Amino acid sequence: MSDIAAPKLVRAPALRRVFDGTPWRRAVILAGFALIWELYARWLDNALLLPTMGATLSALWAAIVSGELPDRTLTSLRVLITGYALGVAVAAALTTLAALSRWGNEALGLLTSMFNPLPAIALLPVALLWFGIGTPSLIFVLVHSVLWPVALACYGGFLAVPSTLRMAGRNLGLSGGRFVVEILVPAAFPQILSGLRIGWAFAWRTLIAAELVFGVSARSGGLGWFIYTSRAQLETASVFAGLLTVILIGLIVEGVIFRTLTRITVQRWGQEQA
Amino acid sequence: MNVAPRSADFVGDAVTAPLLALDHVSISYPTRDGILTAVEDVSFTLSAGERLVLLGPSGCGKSTLLRAVGGFLKPSTGEIRLHGRRIDAPGPDRMTVFQEFDQLLPWRTVLGNVRYALQRGKSLPRPQAEEVARHWLSRVGLKNFVDAYPHTLSGGMKQRVAIARAFALEPALLLMDEPFAALDALTRRQMQDELLKLCEETGSTTLFVTHGIDEAIRVGTRILALTPHPGRLAATFDVPPDTRIRGTARFAELERQIQQSVFADPETEHV
Repeated sequence: MSDIAAPKLVRAPALRRVFDGTPWRRAVILAGFALIWELYARWLDNALLLPTMGATLSALWAAIVSGELPDRTLTSLRVLITGYALGVAVAAALTTLAALSRWGNEALGLLTSMFNPLPAIALLPVALLWFGIGTPSLIFVLVHSVLWPVALACYGGFLAVPSTLRMAGRNLGLSGGRFVVEILVPAAFPQILSGLRIGWAFAWRTLIAAELVFGVSARSGGLGWFIYTSRAQLETASVFAGLLTVILIGLIVEGVIFRTLTRITVQRWGQEQA
Repeated sequence: MNVAPRSADFVGDAVTAPLLALDHVSISYPTRDGILTAVEDVSFTLSAGERLVLLGPSGCGKSTLLRAVGGFLKPSTGEIRLHGRRIDAPGPDRMTVFQEFDQLLPWRTVLGNVRYALQRGKSLPRPQAEEVARHWLSRVGLKNFVDAYPHTLSGGMKQRVAIARAFALEPALLLMDEPFAALDALTRRQMQDELLKLCEETGSTTLFVTHGIDEAIRVGTRILALTPHPGRLAATFDVPPDTRIRGTARFAELERQIQQSVFADPETEHV
């Protein structure tokens, strides 16, 4: 067959490329919010209810410099990553079973419809009974908060894999775990990625809430504990600094980690529009 | 005359063992409204180097039959044998080119798709698989697109990748399930010509499914016409090499003959 010539591409002008991107719009919106906050807080003039942004930022800075906030944050992140990884691993095992057997399929369907609507934090009393106060309890509720949304997304993604693609894989003699890992997982990656995203948000939320509830007697509490103690000491600016840290970490994970993951996978593969 | 319809239950040459043999194959599957028989009592054989076309309107079970040969579904009765062995699962000795464009792995480049198939289907080590993949991609004219991802290619180019992948694995039997049906008319003709050339160069044995009489004459050495509901063999036509050339009187004559003898019913005339 004769060669097909490659198409020629012309690069867009630099200025146009800058203005086509989204970051500058986001920066404008963020600056607008900050301005509204600062003005409203000054007008309200009640540092106990709503500290100004300036006060919050200086409290944040002080907490960072003293080493307390980084310490608390690291504690939280360590627990979070452990729980998240465990939850994703269990979800992977469950969905693999579901993809390969009818019994596994039914089991997963039943379990997700039972446990997905159950708030993870509602399991905290049970966790405290079983594991006592401390990291194991936190990890237990975290696994629960990650497992079901991720499993649900993976499984939905597997079901949506076109039958032609499945046949193309089986045509090569693939079956079992290799078929799942090398065909189903990448083919369902858009859904898996959004499941991981949802799981991450659930986990982060659940962790902070759980720390708020029983950080009370934990010796080395996390970010939730930091927020809780600051409130108890009526240091509202520190409460806001803690909340800001929670938001910032959420933004970084979403904007850097997940965005990069999306760009180098599903966008490059044409499974999702850029 | 070169072209003579044969009786439907022709079972092939008994002296040399056929590459592929279908023995009274019926395929039915359950639907919501009951059991649907897609294919009924079909028998034929295919010898090495032949290009057999299953021709028929939609609903005649030709794709179902091809999938059964591919091992993707099992016949309800009867047996399908490749080299005398019963087919019970899909395998790289029967590479299929599907009609749908999503048969390529979107997360692998053009080269990656063919290389991966060689690594898994033929257990070739990566460097060797890559070399073979490059060879076949340049044979289908995609030398300049090896690093492209499938979603950036046109439909015709995607089918070229699928064809390169199938040929690269050197299967005992090449299965083509209306590979050009979703292409525009111009691209389809070009692809038919290029496929014919590849098949003739490699001497590959092919089972080709189509609903186009002209396509069947162009690519096949033998045509099995099927009638629908349920699919049954209606007639067999041989296609001698000089009939295969478009625009010739012989081509038109065979086209007319198939049309009249098999699809005379006005309901199924426009195939």
